[in-house]
Amino acid sequence: MVEPATDTKSAVRTVALLKDELDIVIPTIRNLDFLEMWRPFFEPYHLIIVQDGDPTKTIKVPDGFDYELYNRNDINKILGPKASCISFKDSACRCFGYMVSKKKYIFTIDDDCFVAKDPSGKAINALEQHIKNLLCPSTPFFFNTLYDPFREGADFVRGYPFSLREGVPTAVSHGLWLNIPDYDAPTQLVKPLERNTRYVDAVMTIPKGTLFPMCGMNLAFHRELIGPAMYFGLMGDGQPIGRYDDMWAGWCIKVICDHLGLGVKTGLPYIYHSKASNPFVNLRKEYKGIFWQEEIIPFFQAVSLPKDCTTVQKCYIELAKMVKDKLGKIDPYFDKLADAMVTWIDAWDELNPTGAANKGKKA
Amino acid sequence: MRTQPPSLLSLAVDASVLHLSHFSDLSPLPDHILLDLFLKRTLRAGKLNEKILKLFLATGKEEVLSLIQTLNIQHILTPVLPTKSPKMSVVNNIEDGEIDIVIGALHSDLRPFMSAWKSIFSRYHLIIVKDPDLKDDLQIPEGLSFKIDIYTKSHIDKVVGSSTSIAFSGYSCKYFGFLVSRKKYVVSIDDDCVPAKDADSFLIDPVAQHLRNLATPATPFFFNTLYDPYRNGADFVRGYPFSLRSGVTCALSCGLWLNLADLDAPTQALKPEKRNSRYVDAVMTIPARVMMPISGINIAFNRELVGPALCPALRLTGEGKVRWETMEDIWSGMCVKVVCDHLGLGVKSGLPYVWRNDRGDAIESLKKEWEGVKLMEEVVPWFQSMVLSRTATTTEDCVAEMAKRVKEQLGGSDPGFGRAAEAMMDWVELWKKVGSGPSPV
Repeated sequence: MVEPATDTKSAVRTVALLKDELDIVIPTIRNLDFLEMWRPFFEPYHLIIVQDGDPTKTIKVPDGFDYELYNRNDINKILGPKASCISFKDSACRCFGYMVSKKKYIFTIDDDCFVAKDPSGKAINALEQHIKNLLCPSTPFFFNTLYDPFREGADFVRGYPFSLREGVPTAVSHGLWLNIPDYDAPTQLVKPLERNTRYVDAVMTIPKGTLFPMCGMNLAFHRELIGPAMYFGLMGDGQPIGRYDDMWAGWCIKVICDHLGLGVKTGLPYIYHSKASNPFVNLRKEYKGIFWQEEIIPFFQAVSLPKDCTTVQKCYIELAKMVKDKLGKIDPYFDKLADAMVTWIDAWDELNPTGAANKGKKA
Repeated sequence: MRTQPPSLLSLAVDASVLHLSHFSDLSPLPDHILLDLFLKRTLRAGKLNEKILKLFLATGKEEVLSLIQTLNIQHILTPVLPTKSPKMSVVNNIEDGEIDIVIGALHSDLRPFMSAWKSIFSRYHLIIVKDPDLKDDLQIPEGLSFKIDIYTKSHIDKVVGSSTSIAFSGYSCKYFGFLVSRKKYVVSIDDDCVPAKDADSFLIDPVAQHLRNLATPATPFFFNTLYDPYRNGADFVRGYPFSLRSGVTCALSCGLWLNLADLDAPTQALKPEKRNSRYVDAVMTIPARVMMPISGINIAFNRELVGPALCPALRLTGEGKVRWETMEDIWSGMCVKVVCDHLGLGVKSGLPYVWRNDRGDAIESLKKEWEGVKLMEEVVPWFQSMVLSRTATTTEDCVAEMAKRVKEQLGGSDPGFGRAAEAMMDWVELWKKVGSGPSPV
């Protein structure tokens, strides 16, 4: 049985790396009591809270945290007509937080995710691990059988070409979850009692050309390298699909990272996922996605971005065109989505006008 | 007082005790003599056995029977022993008889190795191939209940002859074992490895884990973030396409190493104290078209599917008897990966771990001309760009095609590649000749 770390007050407060360069983005419709458990690890950082759902409700934030909060009214005010690209009544709205942030790095976490314990019983500082992942290079061109070679105690194995050992900058760090695993609705229905109790002590780079299902529950990324591609799509209210926001972003960022020579890591850190959502509700939301993903995946696997797409925004706009072109025939939703993708880039550039567009070069 | 001499009857009864086993029927005997025979003579003399007891029972005489009952004399029931049934592996219906464990002996004294592995290997058939360069005789512990076949230089010469460019010396000797094995699955572990221990200090059985890896599907077309979805307690995550959830057959299982990890000489020389103590509890499929360095220290494979693809082809000119001085497995591994990708088979990496003993000196190995490092720079991009033709539908076809390309495209840059190409072509021929059918040894 896994359990969350219940008393993190005594957790060692290490030096808060990247304190002024990282924002924590949290979407919520309820309260933020879970932050109390994360206090020793999160308190030094700035929070961006994106309030989904009823904007008249007041979200209570525990004392001592430095934060800015945006509800639907704020989003509409700030983006005007472009606000249509931000999902309503779905945690996908969190990507608004990425857009308004002024920091170099983002860490996003769900409000039902608590501090996990490692096998020795120690509370895991997930943020610290994500930062380590982001600050160390990735190795997407050749798989290292001892996983992340930059971790303490690991290295490149015999046969690993020396020319590939420098690695590439890491754009995304994808963490995992103990207790309630991130299963889809059909799997949840078949295995309602399954809990993830296996602590796999590894971080690894997802190889170039390989797609993966990116979960937004415990995710960090280099905003300057890949931020504009982290659009979480149109989900929730008024949309035919839900629970595919992070998946969509994951396929987009992976294709773009592969094109621009950036790395994506997965594995540690673990958080403790406490709440299992209702599988019947999930099934209704995911239903179309389960069928559509059969066509979406081959689409992404076949994407080849032109050489002149040298920035994330250019790649993303190109991708939006391809979505309209190739996926539009599956469902009109994809036409809407393609348009929203363009709107998103417009909005991003408007809110982040610092001259040069994000380049996919070394940070 | 003088004792009475024995009566004639007494003498007759005594004599009959001695020859009781020759009697077929005691019923003609008068009751009192029968009782006397039974009680005083047979029992007292300790001559009662199953057959004789039956004799007495057969008389049907009441007094004899009640005596037997009172004395509580019982038949010894021989338990019916079950016929030796093939032992099944705990999971996935692989029978022990489908597995060969192939060990390349680079050390003559295999006693510590065999003792360490006894409890795990003893149920399987072992093939030990002695490095032809090894001068001393192999030492195997006595009295082990192993089923072992040992092959030496003479066997290799007899089967392979001198017509081949393949050298089976050093670590390449184990490929001879792969060639002559007739089992579906082969597990191969270097002779300087012993079982690792888990957190409770129980020995980890790498054979069982390798077989689990090979018996469950691989998922090379989409990465599962919870790693092997077929493991207990794991599954496919949200976002994993359903059409890809049945996976493909796993043809190769690559295990890892605790203590002395398979690092190259420069790395180990730079960090001489570095030892791997991290046990990563995961098995994962290496995605399609992704290359990796496959180490030969701890592997298992489906011989029927990919046997010919594991080829002893690339020999360094300075090749030695420590892993730091070889590249044969790395080359062979990339061949296998290309073949698997082409034929739609899977390759897994991760568990099981073995404990690799300290051996050799990285710095000494470094002093030798380190060509392996140089060669890899060319080899990796070349394998990564390899796309085999549609007409290559068998493993042998794939290897033959790769061999041709090696000769044409890499042969010019280093003679080692030219030799590797030859060896690969010879290997395919050898495999066709003696890789199946009756054993050539």
